[in-house]
Amino acid sequence: MPRRTDISSVLVIGSGPIVIGQAAEFDYSGAQACRVLKEEGLRVILVNSNPATIMTDPEMADATYVEPIDPDVIRTIIAKERPDAILPTLGGQTALNAAIALGERGILKEFGCELIGASIPAIEKAEDRQQFKDVVERAGAESARSRICNSMQECLDAADELGYPMVVRPSFTMGGLGSGMAYDEEDLRRIAGDGLHYSPTTEVLLEESILGWKEYELELMRDRNDNCVVVCSIENVDPVGVHTGDSITVAPAMTLTDVEMQKIRDIGIAIIREVGVDTGGCNVQFAIHPTTGRIVVIEMNPRVSRSSALASKATGFPIAKIATRVALGYTLDEIRNDITGTTPASFEPALDYIVVKVPRFAFEKFPAADPTLTTTMKSVGEAMALGRSFTEALGKALRSIDVKGAGFHWRGDAPTGEELDALIEQAATPTDRRHVQVQQILRAAACGDRGADELIDRLYESTGIDPWFLDQILLVNEVAAELRDAAVLDEPLLRRAKRHGLSDEQVAEIRGINDDVVFGVRKALGVVPVFKTVDTCAAEFESRTPYYYSCFDEETEVEPREKPAVLILGSGPNRIGQGIEFDYSCVHAAIALRNPELGYDYETVMINCNPETVSTDYDIADRLYFEPLTFEDVLGVYEAEKAAGPVAGVIVQLGGQTPLSLARRLEEAGLPIIGTSPHAIDMAEDRGHFGSVLQDADLPAPPYGTAYQLDGALEVANTVGYPVLVRPSYVLGGRGMEIVYDDEQLRSYVQRNLPESGRADAPILIDRFLDTAIEIDVDALFDGEELFMGGVMEHIEEAGIHSGDSACTLPPISLSDAQCERIRESTEAIARGVGVRGLINIQFAMTQDILYVIEANPRASRTVPFVAKATGVPLSRAAALIMAGSSIQDLRERGVLPAEGDNTLMPLTQPIAVKEAVLPFKRFRTASGRSVDSILGPEMRSTGEVMGMDRTFPRAFAKGQLAIAGKGLPTSGTVFISVADSEKRAIVFPAKRLLDLGFEIVATAGTAGILRRNGVDCTLTRKKSEAADGSSEPTIIDLIDTGKIDMVVNTPTGSSARADGYAIRASTTSIDVPIMTTISEFSAAVQAIESLADGPFDVMSLQEHQRDLEGVRR
Amino acid sequence: MTRDGALLILEDGTVFRGDAYGARGTTLGEVVFTTGMTGYQETLTDPSYTGQIVVQTAPHIGNTGTNAEDMESSRIWAAGYVVRDAARRTSNWRSEKPLVDALTDAGIVGIAGIDTRALTRRLRESGAMRGGIFSGPALDQADEAALLEQVRTAPTMEGASFVDEVTTREAYIIPAEGEKIGTVAALDLGIKSATPRHMAARGLDVHVLPAASGIEDILAISPDAVFFSNGPGDPATADEQVEVLREVLRRGLPFFGICFGNQLLGRALGFGTYKLKYGHRGINQPVQRLATGQVEITSHNHGFAVDAPIGEAVTAPHNDGEFGRVRVSHVCLNDDVVEGLHLEDRPAFSVQYHPESASGPHDANYLFDALVDMIRTHRAGKDS
Repeated sequence: MPRRTDISSVLVIGSGPIVIGQAAEFDYSGAQACRVLKEEGLRVILVNSNPATIMTDPEMADATYVEPIDPDVIRTIIAKERPDAILPTLGGQTALNAAIALGERGILKEFGCELIGASIPAIEKAEDRQQFKDVVERAGAESARSRICNSMQECLDAADELGYPMVVRPSFTMGGLGSGMAYDEEDLRRIAGDGLHYSPTTEVLLEESILGWKEYELELMRDRNDNCVVVCSIENVDPVGVHTGDSITVAPAMTLTDVEMQKIRDIGIAIIREVGVDTGGCNVQFAIHPTTGRIVVIEMNPRVSRSSALASKATGFPIAKIATRVALGYTLDEIRNDITGTTPASFEPALDYIVVKVPRFAFEKFPAADPTLTTTMKSVGEAMALGRSFTEALGKALRSIDVKGAGFHWRGDAPTGEELDALIEQAATPTDRRHVQVQQILRAAACGDRGADELIDRLYESTGIDPWFLDQILLVNEVAAELRDAAVLDEPLLRRAKRHGLSDEQVAEIRGINDDVVFGVRKALGVVPVFKTVDTCAAEFESRTPYYYSCFDEETEVEPREKPAVLILGSGPNRIGQGIEFDYSCVHAAIALRNPELGYDYETVMINCNPETVSTDYDIADRLYFEPLTFEDVLGVYEAEKAAGPVAGVIVQLGGQTPLSLARRLEEAGLPIIGTSPHAIDMAEDRGHFGSVLQDADLPAPPYGTAYQLDGALEVANTVGYPVLVRPSYVLGGRGMEIVYDDEQLRSYVQRNLPESGRADAPILIDRFLDTAIEIDVDALFDGEELFMGGVMEHIEEAGIHSGDSACTLPPISLSDAQCERIRESTEAIARGVGVRGLINIQFAMTQDILYVIEANPRASRTVPFVAKATGVPLSRAAALIMAGSSIQDLRERGVLPAEGDNTLMPLTQPIAVKEAVLPFKRFRTASGRSVDSILGPEMRSTGEVMGMDRTFPRAFAKGQLAIAGKGLPTSGTVFISVADSEKRAIVFPAKRLLDLGFEIVATAGTAGILRRNGVDCTLTRKKSEAADGSSEPTIIDLIDTGKIDMVVNTPTGSSARADGYAIRASTTSIDVPIMTTISEFSAAVQAIESLADGPFDVMSLQEHQRDLEGVRR
Repeated sequence: MTRDGALLILEDGTVFRGDAYGARGTTLGEVVFTTGMTGYQETLTDPSYTGQIVVQTAPHIGNTGTNAEDMESSRIWAAGYVVRDAARRTSNWRSEKPLVDALTDAGIVGIAGIDTRALTRRLRESGAMRGGIFSGPALDQADEAALLEQVRTAPTMEGASFVDEVTTREAYIIPAEGEKIGTVAALDLGIKSATPRHMAARGLDVHVLPAASGIEDILAISPDAVFFSNGPGDPATADEQVEVLREVLRRGLPFFGICFGNQLLGRALGFGTYKLKYGHRGINQPVQRLATGQVEITSHNHGFAVDAPIGEAVTAPHNDGEFGRVRVSHVCLNDDVVEGLHLEDRPAFSVQYHPESASGPHDANYLFDALVDMIRTHRAGKDS
């Protein structure tokens, strides 16, 4: 059956900002969909509010709307573009929910748009708990016993019937948001209360506990001829109880016989048919009782998912691409398997390797958050590794995660006695470090201290982790013990260690030697990795796609090549501060440097370990190595590629901190790093050297100093004057950064951040903090001669909020042309002084018309894709070409950059682009179950961003607010205001404006006094701390909790009122009402609210925007 | 070489060094690879693997142990076993015995720890070939050149017949479950236990007969249909059974064949059979049912195939079209190999792959329903 001919244009709905539970995988799937639709000659219309994505690059679609994913906005887009069909299955839950909203509001019918990929009834059958239970029953399978509840009373009644513990799952939420395990009534009230709130249908499902059962997932595809295939099976190492996104998972399943595998396959296929996903992919999750084999279906997602991205990378079967083709009417047998090029897509991949995925968490960013893993996903990223055995893949995955302490270790003695018993008990609670606890416990068996069987039995009882996996971890410990006890490191022993996934660093630790020595010995003995191909078919057919992974087997499959290669180091697992934006730049480099039309005909070679990304799609670069980004692994790839043909260069500056931290060692090992040299990058980080660059250029920086110890720090702080900004050097995302106001706070900071030795390895940087300055970010290109200003961004929040968490606007809204020109001159002087070849990002602070340089990073930054979208200039592509040797003049001539000028001054007609950060506070709970605090600071906490673009700043800001929250800013209702004394004056004007707009204002005593004296009417409410007198009058917390407040303005105050502030913010976060924690943000919000009265939002595609810009560039 | 090492030597001289696995000693056979990621126990106990050293491309083997339920016959038939990573610990609630013990008890010589992917690629490029696994005392007694000589003098699969070895000595009956619909005479050429189980579940009494049974033996049980099973070896050596099959067709008795049975139907119709370069062995093979265009994911284990024209029905060449027209009903989409035959003028069909699917997906189970339908239609035709 060929493609349908009745569809000529398709609207693709993206997934919006990166949030926990919905990350880069939807850029990967959406980008694949756009590419397929274009290849098919269809007109592609795209809506996605996330500017950091590859899919929103203007080349990916015919009309790209970086607009809020909101039914009204999408209606405007549909009315303008009139697509024949809408594809909602590649943009995660956000896109599915948008599709349902479009259906409910009659918009699909109004414009005659057909949903392809999945129909509304299919989506509802899969997502609605009761309907899905019926589906499972009709499919001849079992669900967990459960009850649907729409109120708290129903929940309590259900508890009597089902008994504790129970799982609470809200309907229609993503990433398991709002779900959890209730062990008693108190838990139930809290979790189900949230769940009822988060569910758009006020519905939760309570079900019998299947805690501790084995958990599996199947990825399925179906076409319109009813052909079904299972692409991949995935087994969770952590049993049921830990969200699959937070589990260590392995593919293919390791502990099922064929009989059980075929049972779940049959159920999966029956479900996809019963739900009615006629043309697309889905995943089905199963729990299997470990001793009876009873199978329970957990859930099904009628769309591509995080797991399908993982399965695509794990198998080489590109689920999103094929889902798009079947949505267009192709059948699986008509679609070629890209990897073999000869066989059809109607097959099931056979793996001859093991794939392990490890989640990456960010609990260090939320110290108050409870790190217990539950059915609500908390991880912010993941790494995947392939190996020829489970132990090899596990070891590689754990080092890919790039977190100190996440991997196995053999420091100190194995735990014994009571310590061992305590650890076994601790391991019963799943956390991000449980696998390390398990490994430590099993050390006791490996060194013969306890019987292996006894320990495995006890651990199995404690953790529910299958004994097969426990035994594999024991095996790693046994190998480590052999390493430790061996007289010499000989070839068989080293090979055995590498085959079980031990890194050079781990071998070094075990042997008490330096890892350089291990590397040297290994090379001398010929214990080097070979590379195997991910070929979908376990070598049954020849593969034509060079998608490789390393292992310590015998035969290597890397093909020789003639063209010179450029190796690009990706960014590794997503984390807060290093996300999709860096993948964006890497992808551009991989594409640009293999394009002869842009001047280079290299074979590009991508090295990365993040399965969610576009960069790890096998057809982005010429060759893909799915490898950890560590020194030994990168060197392994380099050696293999050098043996295959000439290597012209290695790019480390685009992937963020992970590859950058390897730059120096790689250069020392002889790798040809191109672009800004690692030395120059280091120098920009070095205060002394950078200071002299600034001095030479006559540029002021805030007074600063560096110190290694407490005394020095105090001295520096008193010299530069409080407040000071303190941080360890070499960080991204403001890790460990704080603003400190006095000696006492500084003492506490230094003590918390110094290792036990009392002396830091890298200096602590101490800067005078410019507390009232406007913060400015620039991204620019420099080729050694010429500077191209990419964009000048003005932060909405004052200095002190991490730039990643701050909203910003491009063009700036309060800087004069002369100030912008000054910024350009300073940028050029710094770029020249540092020796940049490619991108540079600089943060400035402007106060009293003095432009201070805060810091410079000569590398790709988080804001590059935003700037590219806002200005229509492909900065990343240009940067890659400059790194390869092009001049800015060349790029102007080739049309990559504008023929003249740059983006220092934007045309007056340029719309305003606002970038707004998306914060994950509502995901995290303290141990007592409350939300964590939501105040912003110098440490970055956002997971993603959106762009709002409109003619004016207020409208653009309002769009940004709509894009991050879904509900957007209120246009009427009640606003609660409580701010610090120092800020009370500043709120009078915006509060008055709100009153004039018809809002009611509620304030606590101090704030209310100031407002009333200034003629702003407001209602007085009590703080929680004022409620102790026994009065039944509600406190502000009660008002927030009961939904009587539509927006909250609360800035952090002095220590006495800190607890109140926290309680206010925590309640607001829980119920998802807009909250402003800075005055500048509040002022912007008021402007935005005012602008909402001007009617519904207009939409503009990036392509229209680009056309408008051409010709009017100043 | 470590003390408990093993060698795998291919007839082209390639040597893989690994660890001894299962029994120690020498084994010789045709080295073939299977890509199934589950179902090692079903694979090992499938009589079609007789005479073959089986390479598992899936790296971890033995994780779920072995149990009595998943036996596809009474014993392990594979001549030898090659795995990347043999399980140290068994973990599955149905497991009764670790795989390594099952191999050792059955005297199956295996090798573990070798680069099975490199081996698979070699077999793919050069074709299935003879090989030998040597461990324990076998290694002490001879040098590699002598071992290679043993491999090169072993018999080839072409022209090999194992039917007498694998077939049942005595006829036996698997009774119908529930309401009885009919009786099937199943010629055991290496039958897997899942096949009669599927038939019995559909109301058929299955009389499993020794391979040497003649047409009279078959007629003696008054069957409603005759079935020829899967089995090892070269179909060109089974002339005796081909003649019996022709008698079945002449009498208009409904016929169904699987795998070897399909090859014998091909031969009975006058088509040739030929050896594939490295065969189809796995449980992920896409087979298209040409009548509907639908694709089934199927279980395969065949080194030989029928040489028949794909497309329109043709007159079966045997004896000037004695059996009427025949249509290729199924093809493998990976390489267009004939995977099924359907007679247009007589009640007979067969498939090259394994609808009994043990191991493997259940997509083709409908063929057993088709057998029942054929029996019913044939009976209705006779009655009217």
